[in-house]
Amino acid sequence: MIGPPDDAPVLEVDHLQIDFVTRRGTVHAVRDVSFTIAHGETVGLVGESGSGKSVTAQALLGMIELPGKIVGGDVRWKGESLVHGPGVRRTIERVRGAEIAMVFQDPMTSLDPVFTIGSQIVEVLRRHRRLGRKAAKARAVELLDLVGIANPAARIKQYPFEMSGGMRQRVLIAMALACEPALLVADEPTTALDVTIQAQILELIAELQRELQLAVLLITHDLGVVAGVCDRVAVMYAGKIVEDAPAADLYAEPAHPYTAGLLGSTPRLDIVLDRLVAIEGAPPDLRLPPPGCAYATRCPHAVERCEAEQPSLERFVALPLAGEASEEDAVLAEDELDDPARTGRTVACFRADDLRRQRVSA
Amino acid sequence: MGRYLSQRLGQGIVVILGVTTLVFVVTRMIGDPVNFILPLSASEEQRAALRSDLGFDRSILSQFGSFLRDAVRLDFGNSTYFRNEDALDVVMRFLPKTLQLAAAGMVMALLLSVPLGAIAALRPGGLLDKFLVTLSLIGLATPQFFLGQVILLLTSVKFNLVQFGDGPWTHLIFPALTLALPAIGRLTMVTRSAMIDELNSQYVKAARAKGVAARRIVGVHALRNAAIPFVTLFGWEVIRALAGYTLVVEAVFDWPGLGDLAILAIRERDFFLIQTIVFIVAIMVVLINIAIDVAYKIVDPRVKL
Amino acid sequence: MSEANPRRAGATATDEFSARQQEVDEARASEEGQEGRPYELRAATQGIFGELRADKAGLLAAIFLTIVLIGAVFAPWLAPQGPVEGNPSTASIDPIWAGGTWAHVLGTDAQGYDVLSRLMYGARTTLLIGFAVVLIAGLFGVTLGLIAGYRGGRTDRWLMRWVDVQVAFPGLLIALIMIAVLGPSKTSLIFVLSFNGWMVYARMTRGVVLAAKERPYVEAAEMVGCRPRRVMFVHILPNLTSSLVTLAVLEFARIILAEATLSFLGLGLQFPEVSLGVMANGGRDSFFSLPRLAIIPGVVITLIVLAVNFLASWLRVVFDPQEREKRFAAGATTAATTVEGAAT
Repeated sequence: MIGPPDDAPVLEVDHLQIDFVTRRGTVHAVRDVSFTIAHGETVGLVGESGSGKSVTAQALLGMIELPGKIVGGDVRWKGESLVHGPGVRRTIERVRGAEIAMVFQDPMTSLDPVFTIGSQIVEVLRRHRRLGRKAAKARAVELLDLVGIANPAARIKQYPFEMSGGMRQRVLIAMALACEPALLVADEPTTALDVTIQAQILELIAELQRELQLAVLLITHDLGVVAGVCDRVAVMYAGKIVEDAPAADLYAEPAHPYTAGLLGSTPRLDIVLDRLVAIEGAPPDLRLPPPGCAYATRCPHAVERCEAEQPSLERFVALPLAGEASEEDAVLAEDELDDPARTGRTVACFRADDLRRQRVSA
Repeated sequence: MGRYLSQRLGQGIVVILGVTTLVFVVTRMIGDPVNFILPLSASEEQRAALRSDLGFDRSILSQFGSFLRDAVRLDFGNSTYFRNEDALDVVMRFLPKTLQLAAAGMVMALLLSVPLGAIAALRPGGLLDKFLVTLSLIGLATPQFFLGQVILLLTSVKFNLVQFGDGPWTHLIFPALTLALPAIGRLTMVTRSAMIDELNSQYVKAARAKGVAARRIVGVHALRNAAIPFVTLFGWEVIRALAGYTLVVEAVFDWPGLGDLAILAIRERDFFLIQTIVFIVAIMVVLINIAIDVAYKIVDPRVKL
Repeated sequence: MSEANPRRAGATATDEFSARQQEVDEARASEEGQEGRPYELRAATQGIFGELRADKAGLLAAIFLTIVLIGAVFAPWLAPQGPVEGNPSTASIDPIWAGGTWAHVLGTDAQGYDVLSRLMYGARTTLLIGFAVVLIAGLFGVTLGLIAGYRGGRTDRWLMRWVDVQVAFPGLLIALIMIAVLGPSKTSLIFVLSFNGWMVYARMTRGVVLAAKERPYVEAAEMVGCRPRRVMFVHILPNLTSSLVTLAVLEFARIILAEATLSFLGLGLQFPEVSLGVMANGGRDSFFSLPRLAIIPGVVITLIVLAVNFLASWLRVVFDPQEREKRFAAGATTAATTVEGAAT
């Protein structure tokens, strides 16, 4: 691997496949998903509900439970597998909550209602850090302070029901950060909150990310949420990643028609759109995934090949802004084709290049 | 808290008043109680004398008025069956035996049902779960008297194990077990379903993501939350045991407690005794209800009293 | 009850538990939020028998109960003897497995009555009391619950206070006293058990009504101008069916136990009437010499109550698609682990 060790991915998701066995058939919820997260990097994982993004997140913490099952692929944390191998249980035990921490969607139900928030933070510290009661308590106060909760010494004695949703989400973030994890997985951390609070929480996450050198995986259905926060965005559709790109590039020029559709249906502050455009149709039934591109039936640009063949994630070179610079980019990318983290941008669409050409000519 | 207590006590008084009134009205409908007290050969003068002596010749309202007045002073009149002994004294003599039985039974129920239910909930649908559920269902489907009879038959007859009745503590075990078994069945099911719910809840998922040990999740988080529905239902079991099931168990095992006394009093039409028993039981029920609420408040910080 | 709970979990024959269950159901129902009743209903009717086939305990219970029901209903035609037909010359004949005769399959008791015949007549009485109490207490409780829930306000407060007070009564004790006063007869048993049993229905109905009132389709119906009575019967009452059926079934089991207990204490029905409880009481006299006279009715009561409970848990699955999915997932879990185990 070239470059400083900081550039090496801390997390590698490698051809991950997850099935759910239900009474009406097996749902292939995650179908061959690969991505990496580098140290200190903020990655957005975007998709509509049912796209498999939350399931992927849970797999990172070894939390897939029956009826769900990892049927293929691997998740590696700093080179150690979190899926199989002889020491996997111990690895998960060591990593979960300490090195990889998670914040959930619903702050209202993610805290145990009958224990004080202090005791719930202390619990993590005592488990992973083996702190004494006093030290753990002092650290809990510190953490609440860190996430911007006023009067933390009094707050730790409160119960979850005595706090607002935004406050609870801050508590959950504090709890997740308790052991100074290297990666924070935030599963729709703002969905259940008011819009004003949403912005605060996102800002908090971004701030903490900078301060603590955290890697963050931000999972959301809302492209607007990742815009200001993420370095890179992976778009999931029907259990697959269809596009993986630096955030700015993705917004500037979505390569996959689904991403484009998603952007077209997301209200944005920076661009005045005449109207929001909904994507017609519905995602496919993942019990019987289509042989071709899962988006083909909804895609305005689909051709015959799209229905017949699975497109794989291929390198995508963004629209050349100025001739010279883009040539250089392309050469660089050519060298490192095998490493999607370095190429910058991948997309799973047969027509991505055609469409780019159309856009350029237009 | 103060407001709650006064409200609860007020409600308790309504319950006690309601029950005693009901029993008063009902018992005065039986017929002439004097006929049960005096031998057939008694003369009409004797009957009339006793009637006025006991106040049965007065109107039902004035009888009820004096009954209430006396009840407030804890004077429930004399038992007719127990040779004019003070009814409250009689009840108090029998009460400890019942309390002993109920306490032993309920402790058994508590100690058995919680771990069994929690274990069953660990793997819903698993072999152990199915076994425990079936056992619980059989436990709660078996009539208590039949359970008692079977235990009686197995222990005292087949194995000549113990003699029942007034005796040392060991003799308490089987009546208490009989009292406890249906409660164990019900409470195991309750614990199980509450634990299954808790273990499927979001905060358990979040706790797992924090890396909290499975033992702690089950034994501390889920159990404490499952205790919330359990507390109420356990309280109800105690009430049922004290106000009902001890009757059956005491009848089967010849256990000289309040239940035995109640059946005797009903058979002998001993009004004053019946009323005293009902009054005492009603007070216990009200107190247990208050205890349930307090316990509820302790396990669930969200509850405001 | 569309399972609960909190739900859901096992079936028990207790009113308090049912009440809790119902709370849980309510919570779950409100979570389900907008899901409309027509879908529930269709899902419920589609899978009834398929579900029964899958649930072996439920199927066995249904078969057993059918046999008991036939034996009880047609006792006058099917029973070999009358319930009090016999004399000392036929007394204490052993049952068939202990060297008795086919004329008295289960033997005879100390009075010379045929045990099997008495069992059939006894079940007839017991089941009759059970049905009657469920019907009377159910009608009364549901009506009051509907009124309390739909009217709300002061009506609701007073009705529920009444329920609270009566729930706090020491039930069995009061029942015993009332029966002693009213005299031991079927009618008084039915009256007393109904008097002690209507509160669960009222509470549950009220809860469901309160939850249903909040549902968008009920609000819509009110906004469109449906009259209150129509809203209640057409839009709210159908929500009750699944919970009510399960509750009624569980209450039925409880009533059977209650009847048996009262009769066992010698305060239920009297000679020449016979119920399962009366038979159990009769078994007390010769308990140590002829224990089978106590054991046979005891076992029959247990089996009936057990079967009714299994039936209730089956109904719960039938009425609750979520519960169905859960049970399936549990089954898949075991299957999946087996496969996994075989692979390694």
